[in-house]
Amino acid sequence: MAELERHAYDVVVVGAGGAGLRAAIEAREHGLRTAIVCKSLFGKAHTVMAEGGIAAAMGNSNAKDSWQVHFRDTMRGGKFLNNPRMAELHALEAPQRVWELETYGALFDRTADGRISQRNFGGHEYARLAHVGDRTGLELIRTLQQKIVSLQQEDERLHGDAEARLRVFPELTITELLRDAGRISGAFGYWRESGRFVLLQAPAVILATGGIGKSFKVTSNSWEYTGDGHALALRAGATLINMEFVQFHPTGMVWPPSVKGILVTESVRGDGGVLRDKDGRRFMFDYVPDVFRSQYATSEDEADGWYTDPENHKRPPELLPRDEVARAINSEVKAGRGSPHGGVFLDVSSRLPAEEIIRRLPSMHHQFKELADVDITAEPMEVGPTCHYVMGGVEVDPDTAAARVPGLFAAGEVAGGMHGSNRLGGNSLSDLLVFGRRAGAGAAAYLEGLGASLPEVREEHVEAAARAAVAPFGDETVHRTENPYALHQELQQSMNDLVGIIRREAEVKQAVERLAELRERAARVVVEGHRQFNPGWHLALDLRNMVDVCECVARAALERTESRGGHTREDYPGMDPSWRGVNLVCRLRDGSGVELTRQPVPALRADLAALFERDELAKYLTAEELEGLDGTGPGKQRGAS
Amino acid sequence: MTYKGRFRVWRGDDEGGALADYDVEVNEGEVVLDVVHRLQATQAPDLAVRWNCKAGKCGSCSAEVNGRPRLLCMTRMSIFAETDVVTITPLRAFPVLRDLVTDVSFNYAKAREVPAFAPPADLQPGEYRMQQVDVERSQEFRKCIECFLCQDTCHVVRDHEENKTAFAGPRYLMRIAELDMHPLDTLDRKDDAKDRFGLGLCNITKCCTEVCPEHIKITDNALIPLKERVVDRRYDPLVWLGSKISRRR
Repeated sequence: MAELERHAYDVVVVGAGGAGLRAAIEAREHGLRTAIVCKSLFGKAHTVMAEGGIAAAMGNSNAKDSWQVHFRDTMRGGKFLNNPRMAELHALEAPQRVWELETYGALFDRTADGRISQRNFGGHEYARLAHVGDRTGLELIRTLQQKIVSLQQEDERLHGDAEARLRVFPELTITELLRDAGRISGAFGYWRESGRFVLLQAPAVILATGGIGKSFKVTSNSWEYTGDGHALALRAGATLINMEFVQFHPTGMVWPPSVKGILVTESVRGDGGVLRDKDGRRFMFDYVPDVFRSQYATSEDEADGWYTDPENHKRPPELLPRDEVARAINSEVKAGRGSPHGGVFLDVSSRLPAEEIIRRLPSMHHQFKELADVDITAEPMEVGPTCHYVMGGVEVDPDTAAARVPGLFAAGEVAGGMHGSNRLGGNSLSDLLVFGRRAGAGAAAYLEGLGASLPEVREEHVEAAARAAVAPFGDETVHRTENPYALHQELQQSMNDLVGIIRREAEVKQAVERLAELRERAARVVVEGHRQFNPGWHLALDLRNMVDVCECVARAALERTESRGGHTREDYPGMDPSWRGVNLVCRLRDGSGVELTRQPVPALRADLAALFERDELAKYLTAEELEGLDGTGPGKQRGAS
Repeated sequence: MTYKGRFRVWRGDDEGGALADYDVEVNEGEVVLDVVHRLQATQAPDLAVRWNCKAGKCGSCSAEVNGRPRLLCMTRMSIFAETDVVTITPLRAFPVLRDLVTDVSFNYAKAREVPAFAPPADLQPGEYRMQQVDVERSQEFRKCIECFLCQDTCHVVRDHEENKTAFAGPRYLMRIAELDMHPLDTLDRKDDAKDRFGLGLCNITKCCTEVCPEHIKITDNALIPLKERVVDRRYDPLVWLGSKISRRR
C-alpha cells in the first residue's frame, strides 16, 4: 500500500472529548509520546454539549457535602448496579480534577466568597455541580484544549517542535484496532478530508469515543456518537457490560420537528423549573418510587421551600434521577395529558425573574428563541424524553481503566460500570476527568511493564483493514445495492420503536431479528463518488459499528427480565434484587454476532456498605447479600450503634 | 407547510468548482442544515459539509448563506420566502477542501501562538479565589464556540491573504483580551497584542460582532478595551515617562 501514512507513538488516544484530552494530558505528563485522534476538528467533541455542570463534593455550597455523600448518591442513582470501586474513586477524586481545571485557566461561576459556585441537580443531595452558566461542557473542552496547546508550546520551547510529544490528528476516523498475539499494536484509520489511510503504531490505545446515541432517532447526541469505541473494543476481543442501560434524558426539545431531541438542561429544574401537564398540574408528585419516598417532598409547599431552605425541606420530585422523570413524562403523554406537540410543559417563566433566567440559563434562552420562537422567560417550554447517554461500555479495571485486552484502555462514556443502571446528571463530566486521567496513568504503567517486548504490527492485518474500508465503493465479491442513509434511518427507527424508553419482550425480539437483517444489508452498502471528504462513505463505515452496538443493547435488554434505571420492561415492571448483582457481558463471536454471558457485579465493600442505612440496602440487595454484609462487621456495628 | 425550495450549493475542490442547482423539500421549522442533509440523503450523497451538534454549540457547520457567514444549524428556513433561491457557499477567507468544507488550520496555528494562561506560581489548586464580577468579563469571551465566522468576515484578512501572518483575527485577539482580563493571569499581554498579533490592524468596523452566533460583543467588550490598554501603555505620556525613568534605574 503505497498511500499508507505511518506514524509511531507510545499511546494513541481515540477521541478528543473530555476523557480523551484529559487522558492525553496525563500520558504526555508521564513523558509518553501521545497522539490524539478525533473524527471532528479539535475542540468540537460532544462534550461541548454538556450544559449543567461537573459534580464534585467540594462543599462550597454546603459544608456537609463529602465524597461519601457523593458516592452514596451515585450508587442510589445507578440502583446499586455500579461498580462500587469506580463510584468511590470518582467521588474521591472529582474535586481535585475540578480544581486542577482552574490551574489550566477555567473560569467557573463563583460564590460570594470567591470560590467555585455549585448548583443543585437531580439525585444529588447537596448543591454540587461546578458550572459556567449552562455551558459547562464548552468550558471543559476549551480549557483542556488550551492546556494541550500550552503543553505543545512547552515542547516547542524544549524540543523546537510543538508536536514532539503531543499531536492532534483532527478529522481522522479509526476503523480497526490492530493486535499482535492478543496485545494491542496500533490503530488503523483514514483521513476524512483525503480518504487516505493512516497507520498509528502504538502499544497502548485509549478509547475515549463517547456514546452510541446516533443509533436512535430522537437523540441529544451529535453525529459522532456512532459507538465506534464500543465496536472497536468488541472487534479487538474486549467485553462490554451494562449495554441494556440507555439513558433517556427527560427533557429534550419536541418542536419544531427538526430540533426534536436537542437537550434542555436539567439545570432548568435544578434552578427552580417545574414540570406540568396540559392542565398545569405538577405531576411529578405522583411518580416518587418507594426507594426514594423518604427523600422527596409530597406537596408543592414542601418542595418549593427546599430551594431556599434545604435543611428543613424535602427535595422537589422534579429532581428525581433522570430515569424516573423520563418515565413519568412518557406516562403523562401516553395518558393524553401532554402538550400540543407530544411533550409536557417545563416552566421556569413563572418561577424566576426574567433577568435571572437569562443569567442562569443563557444557552437555553438563546436555543429556544432562535430555534422554536419560544421566549422561556415568558412562557413554558415543551419537552419530552430524548436518548442521551449509554451507561454501558467497555469493561475496565477501575484503577487503571484497562480493558480485558492488554494495551487497551477506555474512559468516559465508552467505558462501563461507573454509573450502574442510570447516571446522575453532572457525573459524566467528572467521570471524564477522573477516569481520563486514570487511563493516561494506566497506559503509562502498562508501557513501563512492557519493557522492550513491544508488539508488532502485522502487515496482513493492515491490508485487511484497508480492504474492509474501501469495500463500500464496490468489489467483485458482493452485489451492492444498499443506500447508507436509508439504512441508518431504518436502524434509528427500529431502535427508537423497539428498544426505546419502554421495552416489551416481543418488540425487543423483533429488534434482534431486524438487526440481523440490517447487519446483512449493511454488508451490501454501496457509496458513490471518491474518497475525498465523502460523508456517504463515512456513514457506511460507521453503520457497521452501530449495528454491532445495537445488537448488544437489544440482546441485553431481552435478557434482563426486570426494570432498573435506564432499562424499563413493561412486562417486568419491578426491580428484582436477584438481578441487582448481575452484569450482562457482551463479546463478539467469531463470524460476527453478539454473545451474552452473566457475571457478578463486583461486591460492595463493607466500609462502603456502612455508608447506607440497613433499611435502604434492604431495598436493593438480596437477603443473602444482606446477611453477608451483616457478617463482615461494619454494617452490623452500625445497626448496633 | 412543506414546499420545494430552490438552492444553489457550491460544489468543487481546491482546483475549482461551481454553483449547482437543486430543488429540495423544505418542512416547517427546519434550518438550512436540515435541507443540506436531505440533499445528501436524496440527491448528492457525497456532498461534503462539516457539522456536529446541530444545536449551535460546537461551531462546526460554518458556511456562507446568501453571502453572509452563518452557522447552517442556526439559520432557519423561515427567514427566507418560499420563492427565494438560497445560495450556500464555503467560508471565503479559508482555502476550500471540498464543497462546503474549508481548511481552517490558520485558526489553530494562531491559537498556538497565543501564550497560555499563567497563574501565580505559588497558588495551589483549590485555593483560587475570584469574584463573580471579575470573572464575568472573560466569561463572555469564553462563550466562543470557535466557529470562525468572525475570522471569515473580518475584512483585514477576508480578501487580504497577505495580512494573515501579521494578524491573529478577532477570535484570537479576543482570546488575548480574555487572558489579559483574567483576574489571576500574571503575564503582560499588551505589547504582544499589538506587535505580534496585529491588534492595530483592526479598525473596529464591528463585522465580527455582527456575525457572532453567540452574540459576543467582540469589538466593544474585547477589542476596544484591549486597544485602550495598549494605548494607555504605549502612548500615555505619563506612563511613557514612568517607563523611561524606571528603565534607567
